Amino acid sequence: MKQLDARGYACPMPVVMAQRALKSEEGGIEILVDNHAAVENLTRFGAANGYSVKDAPEGSDFRLTLQKK
Amino acid sequence: MKKYLSVVITGLVIGALAVLLSVLGNPANMGFCTACFLRDIAGALKLHASDKTQFMRPEILGMIIGACGIALVKKEFRPMGGSAPATRFLLGMTVMIGALVFLGCPLRMVIRLGGGDLNALVGLVGFAAGVLVGVLALNNGFSLKRAYAQSRLEGLMLPIVAVVLLIGTVIVPQLFNASAEGPGSMHAPLLIALAAGLLVGVLAQRSRMCMVAGIRDSVMFKDFKMLWGFVAIFVAVLVGNLILGKFKFGFAEQPIAHTDGVWNFLGMAIVGWGSVLLGGCPLRQVVLAGEGSSDSGITVLGFVAGAAVSHNFALASSGTGAGANGPAAVVVCIVILALISVFNRERK
Repeated sequence: MKQLDARGYACPMPVVMAQRALKSEEGGIEILVDNHAAVENLTRFGAANGYSVKDAPEGSDFRLTLQKK
Repeated sequence: MKKYLSVVITGLVIGALAVLLSVLGNPANMGFCTACFLRDIAGALKLHASDKTQFMRPEILGMIIGACGIALVKKEFRPMGGSAPATRFLLGMTVMIGALVFLGCPLRMVIRLGGGDLNALVGLVGFAAGVLVGVLALNNGFSLKRAYAQSRLEGLMLPIVAVVLLIGTVIVPQLFNASAEGPGSMHAPLLIALAAGLLVGVLAQRSRMCMVAGIRDSVMFKDFKMLWGFVAIFVAVLVGNLILGKFKFGFAEQPIAHTDGVWNFLGMAIVGWGSVLLGGCPLRQVVLAGEGSSDSGITVLGFVAGAAVSHNFALASSGTGAGANGPAAVVVCIVILALISVFNRERK
């Protein structure tokens, strides 16, 4: 599964990065973000576009897994 | 619906406060405006000489302090910075110049709409057009690169400045310029204005309220959350104005507004485009500055500098229309935004 590091990127870059990667990654992606707003944005993005979203804290960051439902 | 609740509540509260603050002394259709109030603060700090727009607005200070406080409590305070600060400063100036050509930030645009000011509808069309140009830039790989962790003090810099200015306002108000006439002379009582700012700062931090995200995220990600905030502000202001009999429908003789459609459109187009490049509207930048983003802190300083330039060089509009150098400034701003959009594309 493709790994993305979106830590430090301002809104809406984490979602843009996820969206871009998901176009070519059939198996889904893992994306690392460092703030709650990005977690919420990616969760809503997944819900609106047919992806399941799982998030798990990792230190002070969050690792989200997006997969096509 | 639950995911929309926080932003809808925030929108309704901001809208209601905007109407209330106008009743209590703030200028009409300007109960709350990030751009106008930062412009007044620039005047209070003697950075520009327009004697009608000078006042240390407690709403802005309260917003920064409120957002900082709740971010600390919720453990969301994150000192981050270093993502193209000079570019962000210039973008902040550009957005403010555009806002002062239109006469308001996106928040005031919605507040003006709720007051029946149709010039704001022209502004909204321009704003949406600007956001779409910004989205085009994002889709073509635009990025200001990532930010990195900073020291706690760096993250607290703007909140500390806000606290110092607030203390100054209470103890030595004569230090700051304050207008005797014009919009700067009209203000709600200090404690109420401060409380409103604190409340908006807290709610906007929790809900991530952003005026530019409403249109941007709907187009890019089919995410309509922020659009609901936009609508909630409009509804609250509209209902408030109708109840108070202050709703005035039309283009002519609207409070602190002009009827020149071209400059209303282009001014807000600059705000929309620049705000997408920055990653959030002026209100969101103020809140993020409170949450520890020194990139947003430098953007807010850019807003203040942009306001000073606007008034020192006759770029800002007035009730009679565009400033003498406003049209030239609009062209310059569009060129700056185009260059920044094109030269910050990340290579694949």
